[in-house]
Amino acid sequence: MTATSSSSSPGGGDHDGAELSARIERRWATLSVAIVVLFTAVAAFAGIHQAVMPQARVETINPTTLHLSGEFVESNLGSAVESDGSVTVRAIAQQYSFVPQCLVVPTDTPITIRATSPDVVHGLIIMGTNVNTMLVPGYISSLPMRFDRPGEHLMPCQEYCGVGHEGMWAKVKVIDKAAFHKLAADKRRLSCVDE
Amino acid sequence: MLTSKRLILAHFWLAFIVFGVALLLGAWQMLVRSPLVPWISNPEWYYRSLTAHGTVMGYAFPTLIAMGFGYAISESALGQPLVGRRWAWLGFGLIVVGAVMALVPVALGLASVLYTFYPPMIGSPFYYIGVVLVVVGSWIWVALMSINLAIWKRANPGKPVPLAMFANVAGSYLWAWTAVGAALELLLQIIPVALELSSTIDAGLARVFFSWTLHAIVYFWLFPTYIAYYTIVPRAIGGKVYSDTMARIAFVLFLVVSMPIGIHHSFMDPEVGAGFKFLHSAFTALVALPTLITVFTICASVEIAARLRGGRGLFGWVTALPWSNPIMLAVAFSFVMLGFGGAGGLINMNYQFDATIHNTQWITGHFHLIFGGAIVIMYFAIAYDLWPHLTGRTLASLRLMRLQLWLWFIGMIVTTFPWHWVGILGMPRRMAYFDYTNPALAVDAFSVILSVIGGFILVVSGILFFVVLLRGQTAPQTDSGPYRFATAVHPPVTVPAALNGYALWVGLMIGLTITNYGYPIAQLALRPGTAVPAVYVGGQR
Repeated sequence: MTATSSSSSPGGGDHDGAELSARIERRWATLSVAIVVLFTAVAAFAGIHQAVMPQARVETINPTTLHLSGEFVESNLGSAVESDGSVTVRAIAQQYSFVPQCLVVPTDTPITIRATSPDVVHGLIIMGTNVNTMLVPGYISSLPMRFDRPGEHLMPCQEYCGVGHEGMWAKVKVIDKAAFHKLAADKRRLSCVDE
Repeated sequence: MLTSKRLILAHFWLAFIVFGVALLLGAWQMLVRSPLVPWISNPEWYYRSLTAHGTVMGYAFPTLIAMGFGYAISESALGQPLVGRRWAWLGFGLIVVGAVMALVPVALGLASVLYTFYPPMIGSPFYYIGVVLVVVGSWIWVALMSINLAIWKRANPGKPVPLAMFANVAGSYLWAWTAVGAALELLLQIIPVALELSSTIDAGLARVFFSWTLHAIVYFWLFPTYIAYYTIVPRAIGGKVYSDTMARIAFVLFLVVSMPIGIHHSFMDPEVGAGFKFLHSAFTALVALPTLITVFTICASVEIAARLRGGRGLFGWVTALPWSNPIMLAVAFSFVMLGFGGAGGLINMNYQFDATIHNTQWITGHFHLIFGGAIVIMYFAIAYDLWPHLTGRTLASLRLMRLQLWLWFIGMIVTTFPWHWVGILGMPRRMAYFDYTNPALAVDAFSVILSVIGGFILVVSGILFFVVLLRGQTAPQTDSGPYRFATAVHPPVTVPAALNGYALWVGLMIGLTITNYGYPIAQLALRPGTAVPAVYVGGQR
């Protein structure tokens, strides 16, 4: 297992081995830098051109009083139709459930989900989609989403939040746009908890 | 010349013993949340086990390997006995005390907070203080590496620092600085609350502090593996290091760019703005650079070995490699796993892809493949290579070693590939239980069973590893000669000052950390009204 002693040029001959190997090395280094630049450029392009970007603004909320007043009081949770036709869904994640436990949203509609936590760090992922965010007490997570097809998705908490974490699963029901608006006509905030 | 053999062996033995225990815990966790067995009915046990598994594998095991290997490098690369051996034993003692202090409350269920801490959940203060002691113990090693190098430099003015030691000290500086993030989180935020001196905590700030540690710690785990690639592998297979300069550049690049990128762990977090997320994403792309350089240099070094052995042709030389040599096998497996794991990492590094797999089983698969696979298989190789020099007895069972490495490689692939797959399907992490009767989860059941099988293959491989080491203890005493490192094709005669010291690179590391973390941390620390009451785990106090 010992190295054999050899001449300084592994290729054997006395040609410009050192210079050749330095040149190959430089080419590889250049290629590596190009790969890195390409990846960064693609991420920047996707972010700016396709608007797949993280939440632009940091929004805060006092986690100890959010249940008493403001956006996240219980009567304001669920799906709300905005004046421009878009839908805002508000939810709370707490040990060990979401409120509401079943979200209902329409197809083919720009939707914003806004959620936070009053206790520990949680997260949500809508399975089968790329809707994914952390929920950190003190901060509001807000992200856009849109569903093409009706269907049902599971929405588990994706961050360890205590020993009941494995039981923290909610549901998202995507229903036809017209059916959603019929439901929304006589209710201020929608959810599918009672169904 | 290895004079501190007992010290080095103590580090390696403790590292591998705690690794063995954590490996069993890991396999048990995979089994109990699979469809193969009825549920344990009590998630408490699962999370105790998960906290212990992460704490040992993340903090104790790789730190002890880096320290033991670091002492061996210092003595044999510099050719001088370790200065400060008593301090080294003190550092080792602190790690033992810290590990016991941390793991007793975990076993009692008083600190089921996972190794990533997750405030505002707060466990027993002994858990956190134990972790701090482990880190303090390792900082003694950092100081000793620095002191030993300084002594050598004074005796050898102007001489190039041997590559192994140059890399080793770079790794120690990286660790010293990256541990500061978690240390700030523990000392300023968590421990005061755990001791009930304060009752609220800003979870957003804590997450950013932890991200400071969470990424570069992976590169600290990686350093012994990369040192083995450059300084053990070429020598063990009869080759030469293709380029000493490129190797140095790779190590200092790790020092600089693995640090200011941790916010990529927080892409989905609401407490960090989009601008800093993009900045960290771009720097994360940059950290691929030293790995790409390493892949080239090591493949070229291995090719040199093959051609010296008579290998011919564009790719035909691969068959001339000494495949019966366990080190050759280990580096090949490590590279395959590094390739897949690295490709996965490129997916995680940008916000757009990360949104699909963040906190799913994909991430668990990813870091098990990189750390448990590419990195740990080289820890085995380091042990196999170094052991005869430490014990004075040959490890004769080459077949057993090869079988052990094959099983580790196969086990890792069988465990992590299905893990990646169910992650893409959206299966979340850190769950003690899954209801496989739900149609949305039933599709994951088969992949989860495959992962469990992989986990048990890993356990068998782990047992074989101990068999190899213990059988070595019964071999007759022999003299293995001095422990040597690979030499370069063109050994360095002089090295530019920048690549023979660290001032520039440590300056850049600290400077970039401040530019990339200073503003987010200051903003989070100064913003009022976001603190949340602590949630104590493990019952009422």
